[in-house]
Amino acid sequence: MIAKNGKGVFGGVALGTIKVFSDRGKVEKRFVNDISGEVQRFKDATDKAVKQLEGLYEKTKSQVGKDEAEIFEIHKMMTTDNDFQAAVENKIKMGINAEAAVFETGEDFYNRFKSLNDAYMSQRAVDVKDISQRLIKILSGEAEEMSARGEKYIIAASDLTPSQTMRLDRESIAGFVTEHGSENSHTTILARMMNIPAIIGVKGIADDIYDGKTAAIDGSSGTLYIEPNETTLKRLEDKRKKFEDERELLQKFKGRETVTKDGKKIMLYANISNMTDIDMVLANDAEGIGLFRSEFIFLESQTYPTEEEQFRVYKKAVEKMRGRRVIIRTLDIGADKQVDYFDIPKEENPALGYRAIRICLDRPYIFKTQLRAILRASAYGNAALMFPMICTVEELKKAKEILNEAKKELEEEGVPFSKGIEVGIMIETPAAALISDSLAGECDFFSIGTNDLTQYTMAVDRQNNRVMESFDIRNEAVLRLIKMTAENGHKEGIWVGICGELGADTSLTADFISWGIDELSVSPVWILELRKNILEISAK
Amino acid sequence: MKEFEYTILDKEGIHARPAGVLVKTASMFGSKITAENKGREVDMKGIFGVMSLAAKYGEKITVRAEGSDEDEAIEEIKRVLKENL
Repeated sequence: MIAKNGKGVFGGVALGTIKVFSDRGKVEKRFVNDISGEVQRFKDATDKAVKQLEGLYEKTKSQVGKDEAEIFEIHKMMTTDNDFQAAVENKIKMGINAEAAVFETGEDFYNRFKSLNDAYMSQRAVDVKDISQRLIKILSGEAEEMSARGEKYIIAASDLTPSQTMRLDRESIAGFVTEHGSENSHTTILARMMNIPAIIGVKGIADDIYDGKTAAIDGSSGTLYIEPNETTLKRLEDKRKKFEDERELLQKFKGRETVTKDGKKIMLYANISNMTDIDMVLANDAEGIGLFRSEFIFLESQTYPTEEEQFRVYKKAVEKMRGRRVIIRTLDIGADKQVDYFDIPKEENPALGYRAIRICLDRPYIFKTQLRAILRASAYGNAALMFPMICTVEELKKAKEILNEAKKELEEEGVPFSKGIEVGIMIETPAAALISDSLAGECDFFSIGTNDLTQYTMAVDRQNNRVMESFDIRNEAVLRLIKMTAENGHKEGIWVGICGELGADTSLTADFISWGIDELSVSPVWILELRKNILEISAK
Repeated sequence: MKEFEYTILDKEGIHARPAGVLVKTASMFGSKITAENKGREVDMKGIFGVMSLAAKYGEKITVRAEGSDEDEAIEEIKRVLKENL
């Protein structure tokens, strides 16, 4: 047994097989003599891939839904496609190994799709990459596709980028261990969202030598045990049970209204960054979605998602929430969330650079497409809109102008949408908090993003481990800005919420409510605990 | 040999899902079945072929079937096209 220490960022205990997460580059190219044997090896790999895909199809169908499962059926057709199979075989017949033949064929097909002058089809190019990666993994005897056998994995990585985390199969993840990352990085947020333990700052863990080894995570102490012994396992099992019992107790707060002792109703909403999170939202009985991080649609995509594609996602979200409010935050990329096809040059200071609403106002065609999609979805449920990173009244006015253009277009086209859709803004810069009195007259609600607000108020990069100590989210300066925003919002008669991580801090809940905060939006896992807390306090 | 023309009425064109449905349908028949769009003809039993048609809203595709079960194949594909596209 080896024990490694890091910083636990989410409690709980997990057991699983370590999966070292790395993006694979090219494969080794060899010349082979036994050509028919190599062709057979490829055929066997194809059969195996088909079995894996069938397993994934069934699993996804039963756990998520038929629509989501269909992609695996398409992948199966691609894997067995005659053109594809023949192309690989022809390459093998020229005397190269199956891995290289699959890799090269995959690249050819990828480029062929990419060059199709069709945004939708060029996006499917990524599926081609997926199927060839699967075949290469099987051929080179690498660990089987995650979750194909219902195994649980502990993901080990240097640090996970948002686009990587989006691609993970969440059902099969037991925990995260990363070398880098901070308490506010995406790995951490994702772990909280998924309610699984995570440890950051574990030196050397992204090394291939750990791949496939069994391990246990103790999230509360921040310890990773590689090949744990009996005693450790027994101790962790007891700990896990205790942790789960506590969660169990919270179940009785489901279905209850969130009101303070003296009768003030608090809107208790959840933050989501993926469609599957909605199941967590419903399971934990959140009263709405306070932060729908729409950028996941862009991060998951290889090119700009079309209006139709976005519309389907938003529509599904509002329908699933059945009349509960769904606050869709418009695109927030740049800074730590980069998307290749946006082609944004490297910046010295991305957090202070070209991001979020700045990109949207600079590229109104992208922005309007998203606004049209959200507006159209508003006809199917209770959708609201929220702009990120607003610093000035002018920015808000410009964003609203584009929104009005989108509304006008839809009206002329006779497309239905909710005319009274609420428009709010994130308060996540000190500038916005300081002029919140002027901003309040221009929108329907404020939602305070505490992570960015802390980063910009304290002048501390939230991705930088070295200054993590100074990232004090509970600093007096940050709290004063929150209080000020609440007061200014209420003067203009609009509601004010908090959608950052700080909203889940129960030591501050009483303060927030006494300042008049009307809404708290947190990771789904915190909902019940927060409700329990609110029921016990008085607003005055 | 039998053939017919069909105009795509789905706003998104032949995207991945309906392409999959078409391939599945065509694969049920022994006849050789092809689809043509803008002069490009592909085997309808392969997903890469059907997707590479990149047939969009308003475009006309020509479906051809040749073999002992060509009549049934044509009828079934017509039905599936109407239902999905």
